[in-house]
Amino acid sequence: MTETDAGTAIRGLGHSVRRKEDDRFVRGRGTYVDDVKLPGMLHMAILRTPVAHARITRIDVEAAKAHPGVVAVITGRDLDAHGLAWMPTLSADTQAVLALDKVVFQGQEVAAVVADDPYVAVDALELIDVDYDPLPAVVDPRRALEGDAPLIREDKEGQTGNHIFHWEKGDKEATDRAFAEADKVVSLDTFYPRCHPAPLETCGCVADVDPATGKCTIWLTSQAPHAHRTLFALVAGLPEQNIRIISPDLGGGFGNKVPIYPGYVVATVASLLIGKPVKWIEDRTENLISTGFARDYHMRGEMALSADGKITALRSQVIADHGAFNAAAQPSKFPAGLFHIFTGAYDVPAAHCEVDGVYTNKAPGGIAYRCSFRVTEASYLIERLVQNAAVELGMDPAELRRRNFIQPEQFPYRSAVGWEYDSGDYPKALDLALEKLGYAELRAEQKEKWAKGELMGIGIASFTEVVGAGHGADFDIAGLRMFDSAELRVHPTGKAILKIGVQTQGQGHETTFAQIVAGELGIPPEDVTVMHGDTDNTPYGLGTYASRSTPVGGAATAMVARKLRDKATKLAAHLLEASEEDIEYAEGRFSVRGAPDRAKTIQDIAFAAYTNLPEGMEAGLEGVTYYDPPNMTFPFGTYCVVVDIDKGTGEWKVRKMVAVDDCGVRINPLIVEGQIHGGLAEGYAIAAMQLITFDEEGNCIGQNFTDYLLPTSWETPSFETYETVTPSPHHPIGAKGVGESATVGSPAAYVNAVLDALAPLGITNIDLPVTSDKVWAAMHEKGFV
Amino acid sequence: MLPPRFDYLAPRSLDEALEFLDGHGDDAKVLAGGQSLIPVLKLRFASPAWLVDINRIPGLDEIAEQDGHLRVGALVRHRDAERSPVLRERYPTMAEAAPQVSDPLVRNLGTVCGSLAHADPSGDWGAVMLAMDADLVARSKSGMRTIAARDFFDGPFTTALRPDELLVEARVPARPGTGGAYLKLERKVGDFATAAVAVRVTMSDGRIGEAGIGLTAVGPNNLKATEAEAALAGADPSDEAFREAAELAARAASPSADMRGSAEYKRNVVRVFTERGLRRSVAMAIADGGA
Amino acid sequence: MQVTVNVNGTSQTADVEPRLLLVHLLRERLGLTGTHIGCDTTSCGACTVLLDGVPIKSCTYLAVQADGRSVRTVEGLVEGGKPSPLQAAFKQEHGLQCGFCTPGMLLAAEALLADNPDPTEEQVRWALSGNLCRCTGYMNIVKAVQAAGAAMRSAAGVAEAETAEAPAMAGGAQ
Repeated sequence: MTETDAGTAIRGLGHSVRRKEDDRFVRGRGTYVDDVKLPGMLHMAILRTPVAHARITRIDVEAAKAHPGVVAVITGRDLDAHGLAWMPTLSADTQAVLALDKVVFQGQEVAAVVADDPYVAVDALELIDVDYDPLPAVVDPRRALEGDAPLIREDKEGQTGNHIFHWEKGDKEATDRAFAEADKVVSLDTFYPRCHPAPLETCGCVADVDPATGKCTIWLTSQAPHAHRTLFALVAGLPEQNIRIISPDLGGGFGNKVPIYPGYVVATVASLLIGKPVKWIEDRTENLISTGFARDYHMRGEMALSADGKITALRSQVIADHGAFNAAAQPSKFPAGLFHIFTGAYDVPAAHCEVDGVYTNKAPGGIAYRCSFRVTEASYLIERLVQNAAVELGMDPAELRRRNFIQPEQFPYRSAVGWEYDSGDYPKALDLALEKLGYAELRAEQKEKWAKGELMGIGIASFTEVVGAGHGADFDIAGLRMFDSAELRVHPTGKAILKIGVQTQGQGHETTFAQIVAGELGIPPEDVTVMHGDTDNTPYGLGTYASRSTPVGGAATAMVARKLRDKATKLAAHLLEASEEDIEYAEGRFSVRGAPDRAKTIQDIAFAAYTNLPEGMEAGLEGVTYYDPPNMTFPFGTYCVVVDIDKGTGEWKVRKMVAVDDCGVRINPLIVEGQIHGGLAEGYAIAAMQLITFDEEGNCIGQNFTDYLLPTSWETPSFETYETVTPSPHHPIGAKGVGESATVGSPAAYVNAVLDALAPLGITNIDLPVTSDKVWAAMHEKGFV
Repeated sequence: MLPPRFDYLAPRSLDEALEFLDGHGDDAKVLAGGQSLIPVLKLRFASPAWLVDINRIPGLDEIAEQDGHLRVGALVRHRDAERSPVLRERYPTMAEAAPQVSDPLVRNLGTVCGSLAHADPSGDWGAVMLAMDADLVARSKSGMRTIAARDFFDGPFTTALRPDELLVEARVPARPGTGGAYLKLERKVGDFATAAVAVRVTMSDGRIGEAGIGLTAVGPNNLKATEAEAALAGADPSDEAFREAAELAARAASPSADMRGSAEYKRNVVRVFTERGLRRSVAMAIADGGA
Repeated sequence: MQVTVNVNGTSQTADVEPRLLLVHLLRERLGLTGTHIGCDTTSCGACTVLLDGVPIKSCTYLAVQADGRSVRTVEGLVEGGKPSPLQAAFKQEHGLQCGFCTPGMLLAAEALLADNPDPTEEQVRWALSGNLCRCTGYMNIVKAVQAAGAAMRSAAGVAEAETAEAPAMAGGAQ
């Protein structure tokens, strides 16, 4: 291992450096938003409608206002006086902050109480009297599209029905032609139901508008603090230089902390009006019932194949249930996210997809839960179709994949819908997975078991993602281009501070980004402090979600470090009395070509930057880079799952799970593995038990952890993880990002395993979540049990 | 979700507690483990004027055999039952049920008797006590009475206990030559059962002497599968007998369809688990020398 | 009502409403924010503390119930200002990501290891099944607990050996 002259190891890329952030977390000394206490701080609680669709005919807050300890009660009318009863969403829609005369989903915000104690605030909520005049609720998006369905968004001018948008991509004519000529067409209707990222820390804020200075400091559970600051400025009309958003430690995000929620706005207004800090921390029910959900895609997919199993075309129609407001947090030009990655890892000559977004009486959202902007939905669809196609063709599902993979020599590969995949080696990942699984032996075992009437299944999913949003001309959030940033400053004693625009929620940026600097400049990660989350002290960035931190923020970090290395080279030349062209750099040392003993360390150079400069050179060793990625990155892999099914109960248990991931260059293998474990567990949860659903009246089933099920350490399987490394050719350090790969790729692997076990019975689909009762019902219907 | 206001009393003796319940029983809730009560308070599904904390009362935490039965006191936690050697050796149904109640943290505080008094139709201990043909001992200021488990449960969250009564102990008959099992289908640790079956089999001269079968989460309260029990009494422990009893137990269930599954599915689970439970219990009883 | 609770070795007295949950006594009154709240239905275990050495969910326990008893929170795990072997193992094995479930996991694991110093993977998963984690997928948490157990056993082994040697050494020239 390379060391500095002082003996400290320089552990850059590829080292499993232990995390600096752990020192405070294991001591319970993290600072999460609810840990923030400011003098005079008040507590806010929100009253929410129990009815999904209704007119509000009366709100009486007098009793609540009079309750001892209550400082203020705020209604939609109060906000309306300031023009804040409605706010824009990230999808160019509007959302009610506090309802005025109508509620459109169960759990929607109706009023807020500010009190000196959180228990008192909850007591006072019960004293608010609201009259609701119920309207028929619409919970089925197909019903919502019917001509006589109740109109949900009466507030939107020109909105005559519940249809939001129609979006399509691809060549419809070429695709339809290919289908007409196909030897075989495999079709699948599958529903990827609503689920919820449910990070363990709920959303919340402490809003502190200082009446003396006008400074508005908001401690916020935000995955994108700078974007939130700008949006607050635009929405609330507060001068942007007076707004400081501080996203401290976040207890998980998974996309749930990207939207701006009404509670944030109300708390800020409350602080502004009252002149004291106001804390609002939602409880778990509020989190599940009203914040950014995930998925809810009703997908129809069709695959055209030749007789020998070559995919000739792919098409899909999707009904996207967006809830009552279109608040999906996605790049503005992509109302259906990046769903058109649905051709996956396969060389498909013709493809077309269309998505129709629909309003229903449910909470707003749609982009969340490590979906990479709908890549989860797309990946699920294609991998399920491939499984079904294999069954229909009587082909081994691994073989069908091999036959259709984009081959390594085809990269960079332009897909039928216009993506340019940067790099990949899909056959290698598949082969490694099958080898580690013991595929042939398992198939043999499966045959033997089936002969005895026992059920075991092997599921495969070979996914590719598209992440790292993104090139500014194509990718923006509410107009803000999706570059990201890094600011690096090296101090005289050779230590450094790196300030970044992305925002960790557990991904370990304080360690991994320091490793990037170590890799470029030779300063050990321990000597690089990483700062993030405070908009007063970090360069503008678009935040962390959709696996963009490493592809964009990591690239910015590498590039700014290289800027500093360029200046360091000049300084080295000055110190070594050589010409710049003769200076060589390796692992923190700048030496003269041909005379390696004539060298200066980066620490020497850092000191010189403040003490010994050539004429005309500015002091300091620092820089800032705003990185505009030239393309997306395409992490990929193959996951294999082996399950055994209990015929008596329909329960399935994972016997073995092998995951091969390729995220290009791995900055910190231990942390990468941790991200994969987390995603594989989420994939299991989605496949086995996670569901948010609604009854006919729009009552949400899944509003707490007794109904919305998160697996414990007991149910969650163990995982065997392996890697291949296919660097991204366009990324400065060849890295692709990995945060969402496993959540994207694994649900289909689990489901395919169960369906593989049931295939001999003629069962071709069970929608998520694949619960034991559904498995039993499917077997029972076929007369098997 | 935070609890509403209430007044709180922590009596230091049983008499003190019973005296209080005599006057205030209608307005009071007893706090033992609190693992059912406090969540209810936090959701504001109940708003009692008084909480009577019995955790300071000595002598209520014993698990001990006496005069041919096992006494399980009011403050015996699920965890105590899990770790009890006497349960493991002689009360296998109970020993198998204890670790499956809720999750390990809840088990550290929640009590067996508290669970019985709470009478959740999805509660585990009720089915176990029905299978064991246990007696439940209630005390009040005016005295003591013994209620058979089969007479104790009266609908969802409703028991034969009066507001002035405290459930002080469960009494389980000791039966040599007994095997038992508790099979529970749950979607995850901590979820209530989708369906569960408590089985007890006491062998006699190579035949099934008597059997007890209790059901969880498949009716308005825990159920006793009396017809199945009757069919097993004196029966030869054959596959046929197990299947027939399992069928009868399934028919005794009256499950509701919900997110965990259809009524038909839950009945099927009862059938499958009863059969498996009987097979295991008989094998255990025989191995235990109960031939 | 007044309650007196020994928290991490120090006696603390507070005047509380009976309805105040223990987790709020710790977080709000005593400023010990290491214990977290993650749900409303006693489902997640983020609030786990040790009550007289036994792990419980402090969101489902009243502060008044803790009168006269002892509570240990994550802040009480450091030994002589240094992280305990368990805390060190969590860092070494990458048994945490966002850190929100970590205090609860540490305390549940602490209790497990006190009871069973050499747990199998199955036993660890079972003991921690009341504590939810959304980030790690649990694998590295299990590894961390087992590694901590091994480290603690080996340290105890060394300590034991030293104690065993001591009498002989005491008699020797020193």
